[in-house]
Amino acid sequence: MTSAVDALAAGPVLGLPLPELWFALVFAILGTFLFLDGFDFGAGAIFATLREDEAREAVLSAIGPFWDGNEVWLVVFGGALFAAFPSVYAGLFSRHYLLMFGILGALILRGLAPEMYEQRHDARWQRWWGRSFVAGSVLAPFLLGAFAGNWLAGSPRSLTLVGVVTGIAVTALTVVSGAAFLRLKARDALPETVTEIGVGAVAAYLFAVVATLGALATRLPAGVDALLSPPVLALVAASVGLGVGYGVALRRGADLAALAAAAGLTYGLTAVVAVLMYPRIDPATGATVGEAVVSTLPLNLMSIGAALLLPLVVVYFAVLYSAFSGPITAEEAY
Amino acid sequence: MDEECAVLREETAASRAGVNFPTRTHHDMIDPVLASRFQFALTTIVHIIFPVMSMGLAPFLIYFTWKDVRGGDPVYEQLRRFWTKIFAVSFVVGTVTGIVLEFEFGTNFAAFSTTAGELFGGPLAVEGMMAFMLEATFLGVFVFGRERVSDRLYLVSSLAVGVGTWLSAVWILIANSWMQMPRGYELVTENGQEVVHLVDPLAAYLTPRFGYMYVHMQNAAVESVALFMAGVSAYFVYRHHVWGHQTENIAFWQKTLKIALVALLITAPLQVLQGDLYARHVYETQPQKFAAMEAVWDTEAYVPEYIFAIPTDLSQFTDPRAKELFGLGIPGGASWLASGGDATAEIRGLNTFETEAPPVAVVFWSFRAMVGMGFWFILLAFWGGYRWYTGELFEDGLLHKALMASSLLGIVAVELGWVVTEVGRQPWVIQGVLKTSEGVSPGLTGTEAMVTLAGFVGVYAGILALYTYVVARVIRGGPPSVRELRSAAERDAAPGEVPGDD
Repeated sequence: MTSAVDALAAGPVLGLPLPELWFALVFAILGTFLFLDGFDFGAGAIFATLREDEAREAVLSAIGPFWDGNEVWLVVFGGALFAAFPSVYAGLFSRHYLLMFGILGALILRGLAPEMYEQRHDARWQRWWGRSFVAGSVLAPFLLGAFAGNWLAGSPRSLTLVGVVTGIAVTALTVVSGAAFLRLKARDALPETVTEIGVGAVAAYLFAVVATLGALATRLPAGVDALLSPPVLALVAASVGLGVGYGVALRRGADLAALAAAAGLTYGLTAVVAVLMYPRIDPATGATVGEAVVSTLPLNLMSIGAALLLPLVVVYFAVLYSAFSGPITAEEAY
Repeated sequence: MDEECAVLREETAASRAGVNFPTRTHHDMIDPVLASRFQFALTTIVHIIFPVMSMGLAPFLIYFTWKDVRGGDPVYEQLRRFWTKIFAVSFVVGTVTGIVLEFEFGTNFAAFSTTAGELFGGPLAVEGMMAFMLEATFLGVFVFGRERVSDRLYLVSSLAVGVGTWLSAVWILIANSWMQMPRGYELVTENGQEVVHLVDPLAAYLTPRFGYMYVHMQNAAVESVALFMAGVSAYFVYRHHVWGHQTENIAFWQKTLKIALVALLITAPLQVLQGDLYARHVYETQPQKFAAMEAVWDTEAYVPEYIFAIPTDLSQFTDPRAKELFGLGIPGGASWLASGGDATAEIRGLNTFETEAPPVAVVFWSFRAMVGMGFWFILLAFWGGYRWYTGELFEDGLLHKALMASSLLGIVAVELGWVVTEVGRQPWVIQGVLKTSEGVSPGLTGTEAMVTLAGFVGVYAGILALYTYVVARVIRGGPPSVRELRSAAERDAAPGEVPGDD
């Protein structure tokens, strides 16, 4: 046993560049969270535009089985950052103290509201829990976006221009995903306006991304050059393409294709952030991936654990999403 | 911006060098250390209720689902449906309050997270990937999917949720037990700050403490839920049989009472017996905590164990001292507990430790109350078992009242046990390695900490009120009647027909 531990402490498993892989994995997990829980958030925002009981119930039924599992990706994001880059986790979370608790508050509101909404059927009760659901669903992605923007910009303060525009971009992006998801799950119960909301949101998202990049230009060490680097330009161009594709797909009723385009947009945004940040991982302190990563032994153990467990997680999600595939049926009350 | 960054770099360098920069406490009216500790205590105390409910309900739900899927007595479908509702709401509230705890390590205890992260972060990450993912995904299938999936997958999903909740506790307690009994690490100075490096993963993650804690916690969860089920069902049984009010679904409540009693008969004695072994282990590994549990200040032999201690004045309550207490003491009992059978064994007193003692009154009285309840639960279990044996289980009104009064006491005992565990190890956050006061985020201001603490007091009071309200509604609504279940089954069997009484 000791020899196994010695071997694991000697060097990275299979000679892999583990610090870089964990940097990528942390952002991949964040992207997965922003996409999966993103369509729940977006559904919550669209809920605000719906007046009829039937349509509102349909939104809640559509996300009912999924949101709790989707939210766990945020837990895993926190856990992975903590395990692989503890000083970054500690520095970021304590620096943006009130922002983090804002996110938590919004998530509490979003999680409790649907559960409460269904408890009673009087109008006032449902109006207030409906509002709470919307507020939580809009605030959570906005504050998460602000967190990501401040992280990338290396801002020691939480209320910044970059933070606000990134927050708007992420919120718009969740509405993009949410519209496609709701069309897919509850087309018959929802008005046609959902399509237009999705198309409007994707346009707003693309504008907000440009604004975010503009706000960032002055705050990155490489300045505008970083923004004009080939990978960033390619990702921005791909996002514009995906945005147009999304709008076309949604209008034509190709809802699954629209949802896939929304996923592409979300991962694209996360990739832009990661590309602009690398090789640093905490721009506020200037710490690089190599400096912040834990030592070889725990990193190897975590890598083996993640390699075994994440494929299983994919299976769990496959079971969940296939069990509830297709549109919700009329009887599926929340 | 550049200036801000420069300041920040300086501050970070200072904090890495172990220097407390002066902005922290000097200008603040409220101590961020104290506020952070209160906040973590509050958020944990509220959060633990929900995992206790979901972990404790899990084995029952697996059993109900298995009996239901196999068909036969419709009471098992009632049991599954009814208790799944309570499980689902507990799980949701547990999720939203649990994420808070994970974030608080970073927000409020950044210095601790940086120091211990290499060893402590791993279990939390694995908990998310291995356990939380499993439970949260299959929960969707389990709560919403009865009509959508096959019997087999449905049974698998109940198992997956149950196993997930219990695995979750494995990783959380691995992390916690390492803080109580740190092993398998070395301290290395990095950038002027002492950081824990993992050296021997098996020693670090599989401490003997983990085994004691896991059995104690999981058994406590099942026992607490058994008490809750017994208390709720006793109310309806009492109402029907003793009071004489005709009660709907009385067979369901009778069955619930019997199942809860069986669980209580197993878990209540086990909890006390295993708790005895656990206490001995605490004496060996955390003597300061044990001395606080027994309020022993000077090292002594033949220390009595006060099962009932009665403070004769206020100072004995706020500052209990084993030698001066008036109560029912078992001579040599504490010595016997610490040493595993030797009533004359010596117990090291609090005065002999270099670090200040934990708040002794809190630890001492919490421990007493928890142990007292543990014995009371055994008494309840045997009382109920005896009445069942004599055929008077549904007629003994006093038993029903005792069960009703005890329905939440299991959860109270869990809270007190955690108070003993966590307050008892103060001033250490990692026993003997890092003090709690040194673990708090260096940049945190008292104002920030106070704002969130005040927010949590309000929000968590609201969450508790809502949770109570929802659970009370579910209980008042009762299970779906057997008639409703039959008509639903017939409708599913013949989808063309429209049922008249829907």
